[in-house]
Amino acid sequence: MTAARLLRHETILLVLTIMALAVLASLSDKFFTAENLLNQGRLMSEVGLVALAMTFVIVTGGIDLSVGSILGLTAILLGVFWKNVGLPLPLAMFAALACGTFAGWANGFIITRFSVPPLIATLATLALYRGLAEGISEARSVRGYPEWFFFFGQGEVLGVPLQLWLLGIATVIAAVILGLTPFGRATYAIGANETAARFSGIRVNATKLWIYAAAGFLSGLAAIVFVSRVTTTRSDMGTGLELDVITGVVLGGTSIFGGRGTIVGTILGLILIQALKNGLALSGVKGDGTIVVIGLVLIGAILIGALFDRNRGG
Amino acid sequence: MTPAGARIGRTNLQRFLGGYGQEIVVLLSIVTLFVVVGAVNPRFMAENNINSIFAGNAYIAVAAIGMSMIIMAGHIDVSVGALIGVIATIAGTLAVAGYPVWIAWTVPIVFSMVLNAGVGALVAYTRIPSIVVTLGMLSILKGGLISATGGAWISDLPPGFMLAQMRPFGIPSAVYFMAGLTAAAAFFMRYTDFGRAVYAVGGNMEAARAAGIDPQRTVIGVFALHGLFAGIAGILFATQLQVIQSTVPPNLELTVITASVIGGVSILGGTGTVIGSTLAAILFACIGSALIFLNVSAYWLRAVLGLLILATVLADMARRRRAA
Repeated sequence: MTAARLLRHETILLVLTIMALAVLASLSDKFFTAENLLNQGRLMSEVGLVALAMTFVIVTGGIDLSVGSILGLTAILLGVFWKNVGLPLPLAMFAALACGTFAGWANGFIITRFSVPPLIATLATLALYRGLAEGISEARSVRGYPEWFFFFGQGEVLGVPLQLWLLGIATVIAAVILGLTPFGRATYAIGANETAARFSGIRVNATKLWIYAAAGFLSGLAAIVFVSRVTTTRSDMGTGLELDVITGVVLGGTSIFGGRGTIVGTILGLILIQALKNGLALSGVKGDGTIVVIGLVLIGAILIGALFDRNRGG
Repeated sequence: MTPAGARIGRTNLQRFLGGYGQEIVVLLSIVTLFVVVGAVNPRFMAENNINSIFAGNAYIAVAAIGMSMIIMAGHIDVSVGALIGVIATIAGTLAVAGYPVWIAWTVPIVFSMVLNAGVGALVAYTRIPSIVVTLGMLSILKGGLISATGGAWISDLPPGFMLAQMRPFGIPSAVYFMAGLTAAAAFFMRYTDFGRAVYAVGGNMEAARAAGIDPQRTVIGVFALHGLFAGIAGILFATQLQVIQSTVPPNLELTVITASVIGGVSILGGTGTVIGSTLAAILFACIGSALIFLNVSAYWLRAVLGLLILATVLADMARRRRAA
């Protein structure tokens, strides 16, 4: 598989994204302002962080439906560790992140140890983790976080929102790991042909465990940014996040059957979605109308990709 | 039809039990649940409660029949929850606008079948994975529904419209639909050419093609059938309460998919029965109700349900490993 073949979907997507940006900029003069773009980046970060890990998950041929529930559970645990258990807030953040990572690792463990298909395993943990969040919180929200904590979701460094820095750093790390390291090549190999990967001496189960744990970790990180941004903790946080994340990743050209996909594509997919949401809203389309457009774009983009594939006889 | 059923040297009873392993596990779970919870709190066994368990969740079981067929054919539909919301809203709008009741019932069902046949055609001819197409449909239906209705509830529904509330011979009509449709679908899947073609396409597409089955037509047909069941589920959902909330019932698609899978439909396609998915839908409803009667805090309902799903899945994997 050559680089050109891999990048073809990304090229289509890049053209689509630029076209969308151009059209949206001409529709509203508020769209192409630094303030608006940075603000949109802020809103994109939580989905973006999770989408990075989801790209790895889907490239292995798996899926993780529980990320939204892990986000909710981590958010609740953060509040409980700090307010009810009485841990200092930095320690509570660390403990909540550890729990989120463990929740993701548990997904990987169920999938690899018991050979449960990822769709089913994470369907079960989607209910379980959200249920734990509801049970632990008993629908009580936690507020009153100290001022410094809001830095993660509302602060800026050099004029750029903090979570965009987080997303940027995480994107570079993820792109390097997936594109340039043996771990990344193992990820592709597992998705292309798991049995062959196993016989080639790739540690399939260990690789998957790392990837699902990373999905848990990044969902937890997204939870901290989310709580900091909205200044409160609720058990329904992140509901439906999995579908937003998967839409971004798939729009970015990652094959749902595994073996193909890039971090660049995922980021482009996310930018396109966020630009559409924002641009259409500025042009006076109501929020729900934009969801329709995103659905159409998702099907359309994949359709174009599939037609190109067919013309090549692939 | 199932690997265990094809083995030689077993008695007919063993073969029967082997072929319906998961269905029997789910059925026994339901019976055990009733015995245990009924012993702890006899009110659980009251006719009222049993009626509400079965009638209130029949639409989930009906939708799970269609979903099971889709999954058996090797596909999936994550938009079914949104579709049911749309169907209910169309039906309610027609009924309030004064159209005859039978039109308010049938037009949304036909709409649902045509729409899903279109989705099936897209999946069959472009080879785009069904999870991607239906993810897109989920956005389109959900966004379209809220844009069109503005989230307003539909009330003042005519009494004749309330299909799910009718009680022929004292039993809620939703229960008749659930039982009748499950039996019809089970028969159809087992004894018609089309039903067997669905299993064949889900089991091995190339082998099915070689055997003279048209996989594209089968996929379109199975999506249209799924549209039929989703349509009927939508009507039952629309007519069970006095108002239609014209929103998408949250997480409904996951509940429906989970019922199919727990009922023994392999997510990899090719195996499973619709009887299992209906039993699983009933089991979920029983568990939800039982937890209330056992005084488990409502906040923990979902956690317990999640744990039970996980336990069922792990037990199923262990059973399959032994059988293999």
